Parts: sequence; structure tokens; C-alpha cells
Amino acid sequence: MENKVIITVVGKDTVGIIARICTYLAENGVNVLDITQTIVQGFFNMMMIVDIEKATKNFGDIQKDLESLGNEIGVQVKAQKQAIFDEMHRI
Amino acid sequence: MVTLKEVIETNKMVEEQTLDVRTITIGISLLECIDSDLKKVNENVYNRITTVAKDLDKVAKEIERDYGIPIVNRRISVTPIALIGGAACKKPEDFVTLAHTLDKAAEAVGANLIGGYSALVSKGMTTADEMLIRSIPQALCETERVCSSVNLASTKTGINMDAVRLMGDILLQVADRSKDRDSVDCMKLVVFCNAPDDNPFMAGAFHGVTEADAIINVGVSGPGVVKKALEKVRGENFEVLCETIKKTAFKVTRVGQLVAQEASKRLGIPFGIIDLSLAPTPAIGDSVADILCEIGLEYAGAPGTTAALAMLNDQVKKGGVMASSYVGGLSGAFIPVSEDQGMINSVEAGAITLEKLEAMTCVCSVGLDMIAIPGDTPATTISGMIADEMALGMVNQKTTAARLIPVIGKTVGDTVEFGGLFGYAPIMPVNKFSCADFVNREGRIPAPIHSFKN
Repeated sequence: MENKVIITVVGKDTVGIIARICTYLAENGVNVLDITQTIVQGFFNMMMIVDIEKATKNFGDIQKDLESLGNEIGVQVKAQKQAIFDEMHRI
Repeated sequence: MVTLKEVIETNKMVEEQTLDVRTITIGISLLECIDSDLKKVNENVYNRITTVAKDLDKVAKEIERDYGIPIVNRRISVTPIALIGGAACKKPEDFVTLAHTLDKAAEAVGANLIGGYSALVSKGMTTADEMLIRSIPQALCETERVCSSVNLASTKTGINMDAVRLMGDILLQVADRSKDRDSVDCMKLVVFCNAPDDNPFMAGAFHGVTEADAIINVGVSGPGVVKKALEKVRGENFEVLCETIKKTAFKVTRVGQLVAQEASKRLGIPFGIIDLSLAPTPAIGDSVADILCEIGLEYAGAPGTTAALAMLNDQVKKGGVMASSYVGGLSGAFIPVSEDQGMINSVEAGAITLEKLEAMTCVCSVGLDMIAIPGDTPATTISGMIADEMALGMVNQKTTAARLIPVIGKTVGDTVEFGGLFGYAPIMPVNKFSCADFVNREGRIPAPIHSFKN
């Protein structure tokens, strides 16, 4: 549970968003457990559940890297520990 | 497994509806710092605070980063200083040295505010209590982060009218010392009836003597989230309305619960309470008055406001208690004027008066909060307003408070700028008729009949 992280990507749809993010995750030992995506009000929305247990970087660095990767692609990328969503939406 | 919809909902609450953790407050007992040597007490207090709270800022930042939830303030509350300094302080100025020490310790650990420059005098004042109270104007004027509170009354003890009278005078002195800054230091002073021992919110936070060595209390807020949720149920019946508020309060409180648990674990300090209070800020959309309007009032203050607020406050509590095992006593809605753009609009439209605000305090979390009044209001009138608020708390067995700001040199029609989170406030008219002969009577008002339960 401690190592489960939710990555969300929100922005204008473009070619290669998932590819670039997954490449980064693979290079840094982050395991992807689940991917969901949808288009909400014309915006690309993606959520990934990943496991950072075997990651080669610490969580803070991964967050920063993903954020700057998002800036390059032109989308907003956020990584948050899963607990906040579980706490809020599950009794 | 969480769904994309739920993730989007949570993130929207933070990004668009100003959901935040208002404060992580570490309560620290200073009882072990007591000494008859003033220099030694000051040293002890500084060392104790900077040791217990040394990682406060670091941990708050880590939690913000991990969960993507803003934590707006880091705060400290300490044992009422009248108890800690009593053995060493021989004059009010001695207490002021402790205020400076608190200020320095708070700055050293990155805390925005430190509460507990306080005295509990609901039945009587010790010499030390009175000296502390008399030192408040100087202490607040010379420090930046120190907040002061005085408990003047309780359901069990009645109202200490001698202290109420004194506080009217003290408040004007605080106002006068900061008159070149719109009497802004009055924001750091609040008086209470039935003050809770574990309040994480300022200016009234102190670490009660019933508490452990150290404790983590967390305050969450989110008026914007409630407002947004209610927009979706316009015109629905009361059952749907109440259900929506409860569910929203539940979700918001869960965030506080998570943050409190994490802070407790990472700081190695036990978890005390979560306080879910709809505490507004001047940011657009972060307003309790706007919720009342969404419920169906043209302006906060219109007939029906007290009923709407009573319902709101109750549903917030009901949602909150399900979400956390330890919910704080103040959970509900705060109705400060200056910090709430919707409330300011009401004042400017002439929709709300001091008397209506007083009625509203009977059914919400606290009391007359952040209300700017003319600087020429007599001390006895201020004491009368405080006494009224204390009576509401005493009889209704609830916490009430008064944080009034007599703005020296300004009057009705003027506006005061407090800056930042504190917003601005139009000066509200105060009833002109005198209560001097009432306030000047000595002694105390006895406890009400329903306090005799033993």
C-alpha cells in the first residue's frame, strides 16, 4: 500500500503521451499495475496505478521528473500516493 | 481499486474547490518547563518547543508532496503561559519575555503561529493570570507569531465578569498599540466560553492541562467543496441537501484523518483530534456565506440564515464523526466576517448586522469572529458584547468566542485591510446604548441551573 502511487495525466490529447511516460517509468524501475483513460470535456484524462517498491529513484525525484516530462509534452502529470484516494472514497 | 472518476473528483477538490488541510498543530505541554527563575523558564520553553516540533515543517512538506494536498499552516499550541510563568513572573513585563521566547521558538521550527499565551479564568483570576492578561497588549505588539486567548466563562463555572470587564479594556489597548496598522494585532486575541483543550485553530489554540506531553491536532477545511457539491442538488428537498453535505464532509474529513495519521507516525507524536471546520478564506469560492446562499438565501443574514446555518453545522458534524474516531469539539462552520468574501458582500449590502451574527453564533462552531468595529467603541460596550457571547455559550453548553477588532481612528463606512488570508472588513455599526452600569458591577455571573448535574 505504501508503495502504490497514482499517476494522473490531464491535458490536450497528442501522439505518444502514454509511450513517453511508460518509457520513463520502465527506465526507473517503476512497475505499472493498471491504466485507465478517458476523454472528459475534450481533455485527455489518464490514470495509472504503479508500484514504486523497486524504483531506482526516490518518490520526490520521480514526481519532479514526471512533472517536467509533462511540461515537455504539454500535459499536466501528477503523482500521488494512493492512500488519499482510498481514504476519501472507501469506508 | 480506486477509479479514474474518484481520482478526478479528489484532485478537482484540491485544484478548483480550494480543499486544503488548514493546519497541522502540535500541542506541546510546557508543564515540565516551570521554574522559579525567569531566565531558566525561558530557556526550558525554547528548548522544549524546538526539540518536540523540530521536524514539523519538514514533515508537513513531505505529506503535501506525497498526497498532493496543500497544508496551509504549521502551528504550535502550548500550555497556557499563565500556568507556566506563574512561579517566575513578578510583573507583566516578565510574561512578555516568555512571549518573545515563544515567538523565537516558533520561527526556529518554521511554525506560522504559536498559541497558548493564555489564561483560564472562567471562575477567578490568580495573580499570575491577571499579570498575563495585563501583559497581552505589549506581548502581541512586540511579537509576530504569538496568539493569545482567555477563557472567561464556562457552563460549569458561570461568567467571570471581572475578567470580562478587564478584557474590554485590554482589547482597546491592543488596538491602540497597533493603531498605525489598522489595529491588526487584535486578530491575535480571542476570548472564549467553554474553550476546548484541543483546538487546532488560531487565535484560540492552546494545549490544555488535560492533554498529554505532545499531541497532533489537524484542522481541515473546504467550504468550496461543499458549495460545489450543493450546486448539483439545487431545488432538491432537505433530505437530499443534508445527505449531500454529510457525504462531502465525510470525504473532506477523511483527508484530515490521513494527514493526521501520517503526521503522527512521521513525527512520533500521538494523534489527538481532527477538526473539520468550514473555515473560509478571502479567496473566491472559499466562503461559508456562499454555501448559505447556495442553500437558498439571497445573502447571508437574510431571514432563515440561522436555521440554514444550524442545519449546515449539524450535517458537517454528522459527516465528520463517521470519518474519524476522534473529531474535535469545534467541528462545524466558522463565520468570520473579514475572512469570507461572501460575508463581506452581505455586510456591504446591509443584509447582516452584528445582532444577526450573534444569533448565528448560537448554532455554529464558534462566535463573533474577525469583526471590525469603530475604534471609539467604549471598553464597557466591548465588554457587554463579550458578556453576551459568553452567556450564549454558557447557557447552550457550547464553545463561543469573540474576536473583535476595534479599529482606532476608523468608523462605520470605512474599510480595513488586514492583508493575505485575513482579507478586509467593512466596519460594522455597534449599538450605541450604554451597558456601563451592568459591566461595572463586580464579581461573577453564577453558573446556570442546568450545570447542576452531580
